[in-house]
Amino acid sequence: MDFNNVQTIYMQIVDWVFEQVLKGAWNAGDKIPSVREAAVRFEVNPNTVMRSYDYLQQREIIVNRRGIGFYVAPEAKEVIMAIRKKQFMEVELPLFFKNITLLDIPMEEVMQQYKEYKQ
Amino acid sequence: MIQLQNIRFGYSPKHILFTDVSMTMEPGHIYGLLGKNGAGKTTLLKIMAGLLFPNSGTAEISGINASLRKAETLQDLYFLQEEIFVPHLTVEDYLKSYAPFYPYFNHERFQYYMSELEMDGCHGYADKFSHGQKKKFLIAFALATNTKILIMDEPTNGLDIPSKSAFRRIMASAADENRLILISTHQVRDLHSLIDMVTILEKGHILMNTSIYDLTEKLYFGAYQECRKAYYQEEFAGGVSAIMDNPNGEDSNVDLELLFNAIMHNPQEISSLFNDK
Repeated sequence: MDFNNVQTIYMQIVDWVFEQVLKGAWNAGDKIPSVREAAVRFEVNPNTVMRSYDYLQQREIIVNRRGIGFYVAPEAKEVIMAIRKKQFMEVELPLFFKNITLLDIPMEEVMQQYKEYKQ
Repeated sequence: MIQLQNIRFGYSPKHILFTDVSMTMEPGHIYGLLGKNGAGKTTLLKIMAGLLFPNSGTAEISGINASLRKAETLQDLYFLQEEIFVPHLTVEDYLKSYAPFYPYFNHERFQYYMSELEMDGCHGYADKFSHGQKKKFLIAFALATNTKILIMDEPTNGLDIPSKSAFRRIMASAADENRLILISTHQVRDLHSLIDMVTILEKGHILMNTSIYDLTEKLYFGAYQECRKAYYQEEFAGGVSAIMDNPNGEDSNVDLELLFNAIMHNPQEISSLFNDK
């Protein structure tokens, strides 16, 4: 993974975990890479991965089984969807509104595109 | 743990490099020691490793004065110097001669590090290797010693692009909570994802010795925002990147080059945010 410069590395690792769960690569109950494995994979300090995993644990997306490793939590997908939705509504949607206003794109035109997309 | 207490050092009485340096470094972290050419980085590392003696003050490694050069200190400390020396020995003979000094030396890990660095095909006398290969061989050796203290002076100098990536991988695999890794470097782009403690040395003074975590809590790195107080800013083609205050503790990505330039430009203001403790 190439890190972008906008987001912190630990949040980019969180996003990577989100993606694995959302696309179904990891399912509830699956074991995920250990802190060390993830650190090696992303070429980062293990403390950074620990921070990502702490974040995921606090939100009950992963669970730590002591001495065994980290596993995808039962409700992981729902939690991630909720976080992502909140993020979309609060950050991405206002930006979208700002842009269509700026470019003077009527909502009808957007709706038309959306209908075509859904088909 | 490395503890420097009131270190005074000069190569001659007229040229005093450090007047009073005190600092503590803890295991479980990878420290990045940054400083301009001639700031005294290598000298400081040599004092820690017991290769140079301070005029006054002490450097302690796990509670023992480094200047005593005790076997128990030296067997648990490895110092990879920038100017490397490899004797006229094969890799096998080098291991036979030097590995026994390190009681925790792990031969399996040595092979793993060598293969990650694409050095498995290198046989024959190590002094005939290219500069980059010698460096990689000694990096593999250094990590395989499993010492509690690992000091590396410019380890990525002379490494090719894939080797720098391999270096980060093996460093990530070698770091653990019992190990203190200290890397002196100018190549912050090579190492910024590995370093979790930033130590900045300038004109014989430690201006900063702070975790990346504390940095991101107190400072915001990114495109200049009018609503924030900017401590330092640099223009680039697409805009202005700045180091700003961070009253709400928002996450951002530490830009080590920007931080270093900021501290060189205005040593007091940013350092004072972190040196209260």
